Amino acid sequence: MFKNTKQPVGPHVFLIAYSLVVLFPIILILINAFKARKAIFNAPYLPPLPDTFSLAGFETVFARSNFPLYFVNSLTITLVSIFLILLTGAMAAYALSEYRFPGNTLLGLYLALGIMIPIRLGTASILSIIVAMGLVNTRTGLILVYTAMGLPLTIFVLQQFMRQVPRELKEAARIDGASEYRIFWLIVPLVRPAIATVAVFVMIPIWNDLWFPLILASGERTKTVTLGTQVFLGQFVTDWNAVLASLTLAMIPILILYMLFSRQLIRGITSGAVK
Amino acid sequence: MQQAAGKRRRRKPFPTHIFVFLLPATLIYTVFMVFPLVDSLRLSLFTPGPQGEAMFVGLQNYVTLMTDELWADRFWGALRNNFTFFFIVMFVQNPLGLLLASLLHTRTLRWRASYRTLLFMPTMLSFVLVGFIWQLILSPLWGISEGLMSMVGLEQFFRPWLGLEGPALAALSLITVWQFVGIPMMLFYAAMLGIPDDLIEAAHVDGATNWTVFWRIKFPLILPTVGIVTILTYVGNFNAFDLIYTTQGALAGPNFSTDILGTLFYRTFFGFQLQLGNPTMGATVAGMMFLIILTGVLLYLFGWQRRIQTYDF
Repeated sequence: MFKNTKQPVGPHVFLIAYSLVVLFPIILILINAFKARKAIFNAPYLPPLPDTFSLAGFETVFARSNFPLYFVNSLTITLVSIFLILLTGAMAAYALSEYRFPGNTLLGLYLALGIMIPIRLGTASILSIIVAMGLVNTRTGLILVYTAMGLPLTIFVLQQFMRQVPRELKEAARIDGASEYRIFWLIVPLVRPAIATVAVFVMIPIWNDLWFPLILASGERTKTVTLGTQVFLGQFVTDWNAVLASLTLAMIPILILYMLFSRQLIRGITSGAVK
Repeated sequence: MQQAAGKRRRRKPFPTHIFVFLLPATLIYTVFMVFPLVDSLRLSLFTPGPQGEAMFVGLQNYVTLMTDELWADRFWGALRNNFTFFFIVMFVQNPLGLLLASLLHTRTLRWRASYRTLLFMPTMLSFVLVGFIWQLILSPLWGISEGLMSMVGLEQFFRPWLGLEGPALAALSLITVWQFVGIPMMLFYAAMLGIPDDLIEAAHVDGATNWTVFWRIKFPLILPTVGIVTILTYVGNFNAFDLIYTTQGALAGPNFSTDILGTLFYRTFFGFQLQLGNPTMGATVAGMMFLIILTGVLLYLFGWQRRIQTYDF
């Protein structure tokens, strides 16, 4: 469709310029992480060259912290939370969008309140609940809190998308004798782009959260990447090699995951947007 | 199977499936979110008595927070900073997001996916990473910003922005914009994808320019998203704690110039340095945040969303 069409110059110029604004800080950190201290300061814009190449920062990071473990912790917590959020959230969204029952609107509002009210405001009580359940310094505790945190937005957004699925489709399935559970699983693939978008929006705050790991799971065995990086950076703030290396180590996995995931996300949104 | 379902429909049995669908989400949400919020509000009406027992004091904590000389300066300062932060983000990030989305939605534009992937990238990074990255880049020690500014002859305007009382808050707001502009962009872009192509094609055939198409067709149709983006920005700025904690510390320096309600809540609740943690006053700060957020949300729901027309295609 777009082959041999004249490309609009203005939009490209602006988009490329803004892409540079986005990329510059990230690339600057990445290239300097692999350089010796002197080169970081004397030639910050140059990529690491044979005579400036150094892994000193990474050696410090691996000797003084447990990055692979932090990464596994973050990954486990995020994936399990996302799975629970999407499954239970899609179920609730489907019920709210599909069935007329007393209290439907009220329940919808109740569940949506959490989009607006940051869960952190209830930290005091969350801490006592987690303590009472014996889940301090466990990944389970964080997963439960994050599931509660992600549900409101998921339910709210999926509900709107599920409303847009043509009613005839569901009625046809009902006439064909499909159970309500079966119809739910028929509707889910139709709102896949919305699910992918919601997954990204909900995943980011979970992966990146500093607050709850700090309060609920600050032990060395359950530290997440975000908390681990924060603690490490606080201790090594004057060691530029180590700072740049730990920033790089924390960034690279998420950037790789994002590159893999975003293609699917974009394809999903552009090809199958529910209209 | 067909017959069974037919029978079920005729008899209209108790709708168990509705409960099955709703129960897991409602349960987790209630136990780990709503109950703690309500319980925290309850806590704000108490104060520790002489023996450490909880004493009901009504709204006294709120009065103390707003009028007592030990608290009032910090509270009103944090509130003002919170709103400054919100307005900068609102009027820089969201117009920029809308602009990027509409540029991406230009007809016949190539490399859309690449642009989107790139522009959304910083949103994936944590406040901790972004805060440190910008701290390094703005650092006079490394001299990156100064060096870049001298390339265009502006080096005399360089300042260590994060360390100065005046510009520190604005600098942090702009760092937030850099990080999160992808979110309004994604939301606006997704909304634009929902506009039928034939509508836009028809306008172009009738000789409408891109500018006209944007303001007369696209913008009115994505108005509901403008409301969502606004309210998300408003609420999100109460979560900016992480960035300020990372770059400026819990004391939100210099001289509390970047102190927002989030950092005030943290210091009050958990204590910091010589100050002891005060759970009931912490809950009071949280209660104030709750009220401020609720006011904004109600304004959005009743002042905006009810009046906005949505179109289904």
